[in-house]
Amino acid sequence: MKQVSKCMMGMLALTVLAGCANSEENASGESDDIGGQMILATTTSTYDSGLLDELVPVFEEETGTDVKIISVGSGQALAMGENGEADVLLVHAPAQEEVLEEEGAVINRHRVMHNDFVILGPEDDPANINSLPVDEALSSIAEDNHSFYSRGDDSGTHFKELDLWESAQIEPEFEAYEETGQGMGDTLRITAEKDGYTLSDRGTFLYLKDVLDPLSILVDGDQSLENIYHVMQVNPDLSDQINAEAGEAFVSFFVRDDTQSIIKNYGIDEWGEPLFFPHLID
Amino acid sequence: MELIWRGIIEAVHMILSADREVLQITWLTLQVCLFSTLISTILGVPVGMLLTFKSFPGKKAVLLLSHAGMGLPPVVAGLWVTMFLWRSGPLGEWQWLFTTNAIVLAQIVVSLPILISLSYSSFKKIDKGTRLQLKALAPTKIQTLLLYLKQAQFGLWAAVMAGLGRVLAEVGAAMMVGGNLQGQTRILTTAMVMEVSRGNFEIALALSFILMTIALALTFVLLRLQQKEASV
Repeated sequence: MKQVSKCMMGMLALTVLAGCANSEENASGESDDIGGQMILATTTSTYDSGLLDELVPVFEEETGTDVKIISVGSGQALAMGENGEADVLLVHAPAQEEVLEEEGAVINRHRVMHNDFVILGPEDDPANINSLPVDEALSSIAEDNHSFYSRGDDSGTHFKELDLWESAQIEPEFEAYEETGQGMGDTLRITAEKDGYTLSDRGTFLYLKDVLDPLSILVDGDQSLENIYHVMQVNPDLSDQINAEAGEAFVSFFVRDDTQSIIKNYGIDEWGEPLFFPHLID
Repeated sequence: MELIWRGIIEAVHMILSADREVLQITWLTLQVCLFSTLISTILGVPVGMLLTFKSFPGKKAVLLLSHAGMGLPPVVAGLWVTMFLWRSGPLGEWQWLFTTNAIVLAQIVVSLPILISLSYSSFKKIDKGTRLQLKALAPTKIQTLLLYLKQAQFGLWAAVMAGLGRVLAEVGAAMMVGGNLQGQTRILTTAMVMEVSRGNFEIALALSFILMTIALALTFVLLRLQQKEASV
């Protein structure tokens, strides 16, 4: 009994803290059309590229919703959606997304933007893959047993990489094939440090290029390297805590012309080229 | 070596220029860590006392668990707290996941065993003779307990320092339950992990200097309190 009352006291104190935090938040938010909080589960690539820092404040301003951006691999983001732990998803693993859509776990799914994947390697390119077709580049890396660093974390990029090996009809089981189990940024740094090859989305690479000295883009431009992002709502039936209204508003926000043009122009000033290409405007 | 210098310069620059985000992160770190240590102390010291002076069924198990808990990896604590706070979890109704409350909760889980175990040791050190003396001195039970507290305070301050050190150093749990949300749940340690993964080593290094300065300053204050109280 004593234990219980102690726990209660602790909880009480924490609740007081919670109360304080909430009242502060309310005081700062002016417009409150929808309000509440919304969990956006997304990939590390969209978050690390800084695009969401540009878009989300606009949405928060419009709707008075407090957006919590959780940046994880697409696999984990989709799992969060499947369990009703997020309200809206922005991910790049189309095949896996379709499975969830069929199950009914996600609804209102829209293709919103794309960029592309690139195969990166050391500048001196020991595997000689520069400008080769994807299949040949991969088989050259595998045959000569050059270091290849895979994300290995069920992210959209990892799924894409596995697809590419499969279509090249190679089992990525050669000795120098290693899984980092980490995000894109960390994997790129490891690859740069170890003079290896890897697959990355172009955005994250451009964003980190300055600190990744010897890495350069060796293979790009192939149709199979397209990196497609979809935004979708988590089915509100999955949990009674889902902020469906905010989720729906976020999807509408993302497909709107003005949002799409922010996407189109994002990054041009800083990197000389856009990081993402909007799908719904030219 | 050059990187370290640049880190120091960056840190000084960040503090002098009163970079709003850094100040906010630092302030939040202080709030969260001090609050969780406070709660752990309020809960842990009485439990330590109970373990020393009372015998009850399951006491050995509590002792074992609290001592083993000192080595509980923060990510394990983070995982459990996360599962409890999931919308589908038992505490999902609270909507605490990805809030500072969740970080406080996880930090209590990692620091409470330290507070319990070390305060148990401090009370245990009071020898039998002193104990009898104290009992004779104090007419009421509460006064006896207060005298025990006074006797054990040197060790208790050490327990608080160890607990605080643990929560300041912890990153795995805060990352998992807090989500490292900018302006909301980003604390010094999680910000450092993020900056490293973004390749901004100078910023990470600068944050590490701020964190170490805070740890040093807090320990200094606690140490002063410990020495002062003990010399009375």
